[in-house]
Amino acid sequence: MDYKYRPIGAQTVDYKLRAAAISRTGELLLGRRCWFVSSSVGKIGIFVSTTGSNSSPQIRQQQGSAMPFGNTHNQMKMKYTSEQEYPDLSKHNNHMAKVLTPAMYERLRSKQTPSGFTLDDVIQTGVDNPGHPFIMTVGCVAGDEETYEVFKELLDPVIQDRHGGYKPTDKHKTDLNPANLKGGDDLDSNYVLSSRVRTGRSVCGFCLPPHCSRGERRAVEKLSIEALASLTGDLKGKYYALKNMTDAEQQQLIDDHFLFDKPVSPLLLASGMGRDWPDARGIWHNDTKTFLVWVNEEDHLRVISMQKGGNMKEVFNRFCTGLTTIETLFKDRGHAFMWNEHLGYILTCPSNLGTGLRAGVHVKLPNMSKNAKFEEVLKRLRLQKRGTGGVDTAAVGGVFDISNADRLGFSEVELVQMVVDGVKLLVEMEKKLEKGQSIDDLIPAQK
Amino acid sequence: MCYVEVSWSESLTLYLLRTCAHAAKKLFFLSQRLTQQYVIMNLYLCSAEYPDLRKHNNCMASNLTPAIYAKLCDKATPNGYTLDQAIQTGVDNPGHPFIKTVGMVAGDEESYEVFADLLDPIIRERHNGYDPNIMKHPTDLDSSKLQSGHFDERYVLSSRVRTGRSIRGLSLPPACSRAERREVERVVVDALAGLKGDLTGRYFSLTQMTEAEQQQLIDDHFLFDKPVSPLLTCAGMARDWPDARGIWHNNEKTFLIWINEEDHTRVISMEKGGNMKRVFERFCRGLKEVERLIQERGWEFMWNERLGYVLTCPSNLGTGLRAGVHVKLPLLSKDPRFSKILNNLRLQKRGTGGVDTAAVGGVFDISNLDRLGHSEVQLVQTVVDGVNYLIECEKRLEKGQDIKVPPPINFYMHGT
Repeated sequence: MDYKYRPIGAQTVDYKLRAAAISRTGELLLGRRCWFVSSSVGKIGIFVSTTGSNSSPQIRQQQGSAMPFGNTHNQMKMKYTSEQEYPDLSKHNNHMAKVLTPAMYERLRSKQTPSGFTLDDVIQTGVDNPGHPFIMTVGCVAGDEETYEVFKELLDPVIQDRHGGYKPTDKHKTDLNPANLKGGDDLDSNYVLSSRVRTGRSVCGFCLPPHCSRGERRAVEKLSIEALASLTGDLKGKYYALKNMTDAEQQQLIDDHFLFDKPVSPLLLASGMGRDWPDARGIWHNDTKTFLVWVNEEDHLRVISMQKGGNMKEVFNRFCTGLTTIETLFKDRGHAFMWNEHLGYILTCPSNLGTGLRAGVHVKLPNMSKNAKFEEVLKRLRLQKRGTGGVDTAAVGGVFDISNADRLGFSEVELVQMVVDGVKLLVEMEKKLEKGQSIDDLIPAQK
Repeated sequence: MCYVEVSWSESLTLYLLRTCAHAAKKLFFLSQRLTQQYVIMNLYLCSAEYPDLRKHNNCMASNLTPAIYAKLCDKATPNGYTLDQAIQTGVDNPGHPFIKTVGMVAGDEESYEVFADLLDPIIRERHNGYDPNIMKHPTDLDSSKLQSGHFDERYVLSSRVRTGRSIRGLSLPPACSRAERREVERVVVDALAGLKGDLTGRYFSLTQMTEAEQQQLIDDHFLFDKPVSPLLTCAGMARDWPDARGIWHNNEKTFLIWINEEDHTRVISMEKGGNMKRVFERFCRGLKEVERLIQERGWEFMWNERLGYVLTCPSNLGTGLRAGVHVKLPLLSKDPRFSKILNNLRLQKRGTGGVDTAAVGGVFDISNLDRLGHSEVQLVQTVVDGVNYLIECEKRLEKGQDIKVPPPINFYMHGT
């Protein structure tokens, strides 16, 4: 071969791997890798994974986190100054961009959670998505429960901004007793087409969707399938794994409006929630199709109770019963839900902290929506509007998705009460506008 | 998984062991939090982490056995890049309709060493049996060796040669931090400012471009956009867009460099018409000049004897060179032997919009298939000879004459 031109200094590359000190300690601690699960009195079940072709199961440790988007080499980044690494947020409009000053970036960038989630991992989605036309986005996500502690300095102001002034010292109350809800069974079905309550839950001991490995995601799925399989009565149902679904099952789920698709929103993709799709994702629903659980979509679990018509009370009843039953089932298997006194239920997006609850209706408000006071009324009722396709869509045909705007700082019962009362009022106003009457006397005070 | 029953005393022992293990794990976590040095993931068996590749059709899926995965899954390059990161794009994208994708990227130069157990078979598959362990890649940028590089301009609309170059010491686009990416921009733009003569030019940063500049670049077909192909976005190459991305071109608009798109740099020489000789001459001259300029500043390109120029995608190793033309072949493209002819000539066809597109109006983008194991001169010569042959076929078909399928080129002897 003719080497007329050769790059100067071409040389073979030398590298040194970091010392594998950890693997030895791990081996001493646990020997063969096992999961210990206490099942019943007198017996401890040991689940031993056999690896088939491997002669001995290998303990898998990693130096550095496994975030696939290249933020793992946090220590190596330290050789650059904070200024060199600080993102360009000059054209950005989200909560993260408003809060993250260069000084804060400098203080937080050397930190990571025990599972290796770093500041750059937290903010990547906010850096990649400068702003959303319909809604002010949060711009940061949590990779695990500890994110909210380690990156407190960034997340507390974001939470305060997003959740109406919720202070770092505030306590959140959880109330899932449906008997405390007043009314809600009498929303006018001529206007209210359907009622729905959803929330999310995260399982302790596993990283959240932006950060979890395939093994963790599969473990969450396995746990969920087991727990949900033991539901009985009107909650008895079936699990459909996204990757094993038959065409017939898929079509049925689409017709029922149950099937969730691979996320296309850049808000979700940029934080790594679409990785390994559709591995370990699935949908569980009960036989009557009124109670639905999404596994490993944007959160570990999304729990949804819904039905046609305006009987929000029934929807909320089923929601609470189902949720508390599921929580017990998970606890029995040694995995509580992530929860603390300050932030309530811990979820991936800081906007869903607290209750994680969105109670909403699809309601026909063609006249009301054209009224100049619509936005103001919603604001005072602490409600928000969306299109019927979800958070990234616009309304079609005068039918709106009206739901509570808050998540944190109010209990579940309080939020559903707001929706029930608020929607009643909106329907009243709609009826008045239909008759050509004024709604001025109905305008509520700020809640 | 198997469920094992144990006696009371055994279960007590195990319970104590478990409590101790948990306590030890908590202590360990605590100590790590204090030292901030190492980090432990949840301890899962490799088999629990192995991706589900049953519906996949890419080079990574064909070569990643559970055994190789188990061997590599706990390794990382000195920069901290891991196997899961490298294969993420292949796991997320099971297959492409037009072309068998590679399904794996490198995060840095060391990836090709650390993950050699997976990358070597992928390279062998993708590059026709080229074995990096026993073969050497030839680099030859002497454009004077190219013969008969002038095409019939009634058929060839434009000629183009592109390659990529990576800056040694900085991580590649899937893994680089913002500071590294900005450093690449700084180093390259600095060097390009030293180009003279017909190579004198200007840099347009994507973040600071004016509306007028942007429109001009679009009209010239120079502007590259934020990647939308999931092959690229799943590998993390679109992070922090458009920070530290930009386009440099010379005043004559015949020599163009993309900064921080899919590679550190993409170098493109092009012009309308069929003068491939001049395009290649400028290509070689420009590349050597840029290399000299960065070396003056203490930097160099990623290159080694085994793999040639090191780039993000294993499919671009070696020369990273794609020499191509936009050529009108309306009759030949409808001939059922078209694919076979192209194959034997070691050429590939694409639509005129790039790798993910289909052809429009009988105009094809014809370029070399190979990248590694043959020098730049050899590859461009293949394109020149091949396209000349295609034009001959088209002319014959126009006259109603028959054409012959040429014998396969005998210039790669890497087995199969």
